[in-house]
Amino acid sequence: MNDPRKQAAGGAPDIVIAARGLTRRYGDAAAVDAIDFDIARGEVFGLLGPNGAGKTTTILMMLGLTEISSGSIGVLGFDPAREPLKVKERVGYLPDAVGFYDQLTAWENLAYTARLMGLSRAERARRIDAALARVGLGGVADKRVATFSRGMRQRLGLAEIIVKRAEIAILDEPTTGLDPQATLEFLALIGELKAEGVTVLLSSHLLDQVQRICDRAALFQGGRVVLMGSVPELSVQVLGAGFAVEVEAEGVGIARRLAMIPGVTQVETLAPDRFRMTAERDVRPDAARAVVAVDGSLRRLSVDEPSLEAIYARYFQAQGDGGVRHAA
Amino acid sequence: MRREGSPVRGLGTVFVKELADHTSSVRMLMLELLILFTALAALYEAITSLRQNTAEDPFLLLRLFTIDQAPLPSFVAVLGFLIPLMAIGLGFDAVNSEHNRRTLSRILAQPIYRDALLMGKYLAALATIGISLAALWLLVIGLGLIFLGVPPGGEEIARSLVFLVVAIFYAGVWLSLAMLLSIVFRSPATAALVSLGIWLFLTVLWPMLAPAIAQAVAPPDPRYALLGLSDPATSIWTQELQRLSPNDLFGEAMLAVLSPTTRTLGPVFLDQLRGAVMGAPLPFGESMMIAWPQTVGLVAGTIILFAFGYVLFQRQEVRA
Repeated sequence: MNDPRKQAAGGAPDIVIAARGLTRRYGDAAAVDAIDFDIARGEVFGLLGPNGAGKTTTILMMLGLTEISSGSIGVLGFDPAREPLKVKERVGYLPDAVGFYDQLTAWENLAYTARLMGLSRAERARRIDAALARVGLGGVADKRVATFSRGMRQRLGLAEIIVKRAEIAILDEPTTGLDPQATLEFLALIGELKAEGVTVLLSSHLLDQVQRICDRAALFQGGRVVLMGSVPELSVQVLGAGFAVEVEAEGVGIARRLAMIPGVTQVETLAPDRFRMTAERDVRPDAARAVVAVDGSLRRLSVDEPSLEAIYARYFQAQGDGGVRHAA
Repeated sequence: MRREGSPVRGLGTVFVKELADHTSSVRMLMLELLILFTALAALYEAITSLRQNTAEDPFLLLRLFTIDQAPLPSFVAVLGFLIPLMAIGLGFDAVNSEHNRRTLSRILAQPIYRDALLMGKYLAALATIGISLAALWLLVIGLGLIFLGVPPGGEEIARSLVFLVVAIFYAGVWLSLAMLLSIVFRSPATAALVSLGIWLFLTVLWPMLAPAIAQAVAPPDPRYALLGLSDPATSIWTQELQRLSPNDLFGEAMLAVLSPTTRTLGPVFLDQLRGAVMGAPLPFGESMMIAWPQTVGLVAGTIILFAFGYVLFQRQEVRA
């Protein structure tokens, strides 16, 4: 077994989760079919895909909560099938639609899991108070969870991960069913975790959220990872190019000048003074320079960032056109 | 592939939490009140009946447990009937409620094995029953002292303690069954209905069905019938079949332990009784020997049912 920590010492990126040919079969059907991925420390990694695509099964295999049919997965250098306790000591998990013991208070619920984590009494009290305050539940610590809204339960689940001081936080559909305000608050909390260096694995089918906070994403379909990378990378793969830059400027020969910028694949002339460029990267600075170089007057420069929504829609559209390969 | 780490890690935490849940739950309170009042009624009848007869019996305290005054059954019979109800009440939603509250995957994501969760729940429920039964036992001894005024002898205490231990194992069988069903059925209502169905079948219907099946398996010889006797083969079949029910095992074990004059639990031939002083009590050790197979049967039933549940729970998917 290769130890990712040794790789880190060698200067390579510190890989905290490494899956190789990971497969989970139920009878003949493969819920997860030979997937490979690496997740680096401190990254926010999104798992996307329709329901039943294998996201939750992959997560459960990382925690040793379901059997691995073949292949391997290493979490922080441990094998979850053989050393699940070591993995679960270091990884926090917020399940899809998390539940708590309704008859207990928020504090008591966290105290129970903190005892299962093996924390001492003083340490428990300290960490729980701090975690509840941080997720904004300090005022309702002694209220029974039965009275909590869904957003509060999700935040309580996140507080549990904070109490654990997890190196990796796995969040399964954390914002499904939350109102927009609660969603924003929750995403801000995830951002704080990232800032502390926690690796976050986020499964979701709410694409704009994933796009807002994820460094990289993997698109699951029929148990396979069909696309993986950062949003710009994905858009290059699927849409052909990532950025559409619109330039509104007057001047002579601007279109020709714009087309010469490296990375630009196409320039459309929408109006005599409006141009639309398709590019692999954000070419706004180059476009501005190009306009200035021909002595043109630049009036507007805007970029349509690639949207995961468009990538997702386009990908599944293409799949539909090309015949359904992974019919589920 | 061996897994690493201790399977009992977290067991104590689960045990304490579940015990606290049980002892503070309304459900447990109702079950305790039910058992307390029924048992007190049986006890009251036993005491009135004993005070009318003079205290010639050397095992007066034990008579408290076994004497029955129509229409009420004896204290032991009441417990034999109600202990399963208590065990089922504590076990039928042990695992499926964790699924339904969606707490299971969150708890199992903590550094514990499933073993700890299942064992902790089982032991906590058994401890709850044990505490209730011990309290009831003390109550019987105390009431006996107050109303009969005869201090219990050492052997009586020993025999009644054996009663307590066997009763806890008897509860263990039903608890294992209820927890097994709570693993099999995702809905607590289904699990409760199926466990109660099995309980009613084994306590009410099986004692009636067993003789019928025995007659079919070993039809009685008409010559015995002419003499007005029952065929030994049929009797043995009847008894063996009845022993499949934990209630019967508990009843037989209690008969041997609490009635020291019991010499055998099965049919005997007259020549086997040659030389026996009828009505003379057996020593403690001999009574234990008679009750031993029944006790082992109850322990074995507990372990087998728990093992089934354990295997199923280990293989179960945690996702809701």
